[in-house]
Amino acid sequence: MAFSALTEKYSGKMGTLTFGSGDQAITVGGQAAMPFCTFDGEIPNKPIVAMEVYDVVDPEWPAAVVDPFKDVINDPIAWAKKNIDEYGAKAICLQLASTDPNGENKSADYAAELVSKMIEAISVPLVVWGSGNVEKDAEVLSKICEVNEGKNLLIGPAVEENYKKIAAACLGYGHNVVSQSPIDVNMAKQMNILISNLGLPMDKIIMEPSTGALGYGVEYSYSVMERISLAALAQNDEKMQCPITNDLGKECWKAREVKLTEEEEPAFGPDLEKRGVLWEAITGFDMLLAGSNLLIMRNPKAVKLVEECIDELLA
Amino acid sequence: MGLTGIQIFKLLPKTNCKECGSPTCLAFAMALAGGKAELDKCPYVSDEAKATLSEASAPPIRGVVIGTGDKAKKVGEELVFYRHEKTFLNPTAIACLVTDAMDDAEVDAKIDNLNNVQFERVGLTLEADLLAVRCVSGDAGKFEALVKKALGATEKGLIIMADDFAALEAGAKAASGKGALLYAATADNCDQVAALAKETGASVVAKGASIEEVADFTGKIVSGGVKDIVIDAGARDIKSMFYNDNQIRRAALKAKNRDLGFPTIDLVCDMTDDPYKEAMLASLAIAKYGAIVVMSDIDKERMLPLFVQRLNIYTDPQRPMVMDEGIYEINKPGPDSPVIITTNFALTYFIVAAEIEASRVPTWLLIMDVEGMSVLTAWSAGKFVADAMAPFVVKSGIRDKINHNKIIIPGYVAQISGEFQEELGSDWEVVIGTREASDIPAFLKAL
Repeated sequence: MAFSALTEKYSGKMGTLTFGSGDQAITVGGQAAMPFCTFDGEIPNKPIVAMEVYDVVDPEWPAAVVDPFKDVINDPIAWAKKNIDEYGAKAICLQLASTDPNGENKSADYAAELVSKMIEAISVPLVVWGSGNVEKDAEVLSKICEVNEGKNLLIGPAVEENYKKIAAACLGYGHNVVSQSPIDVNMAKQMNILISNLGLPMDKIIMEPSTGALGYGVEYSYSVMERISLAALAQNDEKMQCPITNDLGKECWKAREVKLTEEEEPAFGPDLEKRGVLWEAITGFDMLLAGSNLLIMRNPKAVKLVEECIDELLA
Repeated sequence: MGLTGIQIFKLLPKTNCKECGSPTCLAFAMALAGGKAELDKCPYVSDEAKATLSEASAPPIRGVVIGTGDKAKKVGEELVFYRHEKTFLNPTAIACLVTDAMDDAEVDAKIDNLNNVQFERVGLTLEADLLAVRCVSGDAGKFEALVKKALGATEKGLIIMADDFAALEAGAKAASGKGALLYAATADNCDQVAALAKETGASVVAKGASIEEVADFTGKIVSGGVKDIVIDAGARDIKSMFYNDNQIRRAALKAKNRDLGFPTIDLVCDMTDDPYKEAMLASLAIAKYGAIVVMSDIDKERMLPLFVQRLNIYTDPQRPMVMDEGIYEINKPGPDSPVIITTNFALTYFIVAAEIEASRVPTWLLIMDVEGMSVLTAWSAGKFVADAMAPFVVKSGIRDKINHNKIIIPGYVAQISGEFQEELGSDWEVVIGTREASDIPAFLKAL
């Protein structure tokens, strides 16, 4: 039986989201095919990697994610510039770890001002990520929205317990929201419905289905994202047609496989950088293969590996 | 596979003799179609019907076993495109390449890595599977010597790779009876290579410049008496590799194309010289339908992420990975170290263990068998509850290892602390831990 190529045509397609302003704005999503299946349908926008910078760095970070930023690690703005100028970052994600009440507990005003300075200083779109503390994020992120009105930032994560305040601030002050749900297709959809019921249009929402690193639940994220993508494309489920993002840098770089030295675990081998870079790059690649539109990553080498795969697969 | 009950019924004797155990031939045909009966139960079925039915019930992608004995590795037999549809069955085989242009030391080092780089995880040993031995010298004698050396140096299955038929023949004969995979049969020499494979008990890679080209001659190899075929449709870059693996699986599963119903091999070692890039290509093969991936080396730092990725992607979504019940020692605990109890869902274990490890606080981690459920699920299923946990704690023998009486429970089951305390008695003191694993380091340091 001779070979003839088979293509999949879907009735639906993923929606788009644009963040950043002016000619620096980036659009993600809009694909009418499963990841990299350009032979099935149009993939108009390449997935993007946003490189993260932290306003406070955990002293436990492995050398492989300290060394590339050693000179700027105490200055998130200089760090962001280095990511852009030296490592070619297409977008920046500011991780507001210092606002965590269990850490430095810095104020919403501090965070809002830092974001303003960051917007001034950098030439690429900005993602702003809270500490993950539900109450504090509601306060900090909505303040950031207000102070930086009209800047079309991407702000998150909004979860079931705090989405009302965060999504309302995004709606009121012209930003986009990250809708985070706990590794479950139905809950991802439910969050999209709840947020759009507040009046935020679907093209201002991106889903974060909760990201597990290799060895720490990557297969759950992977299958949830494949199911979301199929629901959006094959079933044309409008409430599943928000693009997808994955906050994976922080998940990867705390894995024991990345942190333990050869003395602590001889089976893992001596080259910690290689191990760590590939842990993050392969986790990122898996997320792309499952349907991600926007990855949030840390190590410049890992970012480059992933971006090369994107470019070559979509060439 | 494929045939309906009515189609099967037409092939049966239609005598309703009941000897198969079904009341009528039609009922038997329905049972066959549903996979609930075996054709052997019918004593009167014709040979022709048998052939038709076994052809129709063969898996759409053939399973191919490479190697012999304990280390034999099966690839293929996949039935779905997405792991959530059912599961992926036979994890991508990872092979290490050696050539007859390498010196002895290099060959030895690579085979040593292949044999010895392995990791223990969820009670499994994660390791690479195959040794690819390639002739680049064009010298059949030299290549034969390398194949013989390889046979003595590893128990893993071999892929014997030579463009020159004389070299391929020398290598195949040296590995006769070892279930090797011969690389490769092409449109020009497929009859010859099929005969060699048949003679030496080997399987065959059908290699062409495109899927079309390969589809044209796999049938000839089958006619030559070799059904165990693996496909290399010529991809030497990431985009065509993704396309080929995708389209070959579609051809097999959707179009039921028997000429392409075989597992695929991805020679990522020939696609890049950069070890990082090679690992990315291998990770693509693992996720998206490569059955065998040939790499330039089996080094620890690249294999750890790749083996774990493969384990994760090929885990049956219906059956969570579980840990063995028992006491896990983290950061070398002693008599005064804290004791934490949680469930044997592997993901729970890995996340909790990683946070404890990160805290550097020596800790005893008690893992209780609740059939692989997470803490909250196990609690609501009545498995991670006081009257089940208390006997487990007592039986575990943890008390003999410590000089205190505190046991820390997950914050999500704080509500059971009173009852758990009662069940354990005054001998123990139940302490409520954190809800999120990420808060464990701060919690342990504050104890």
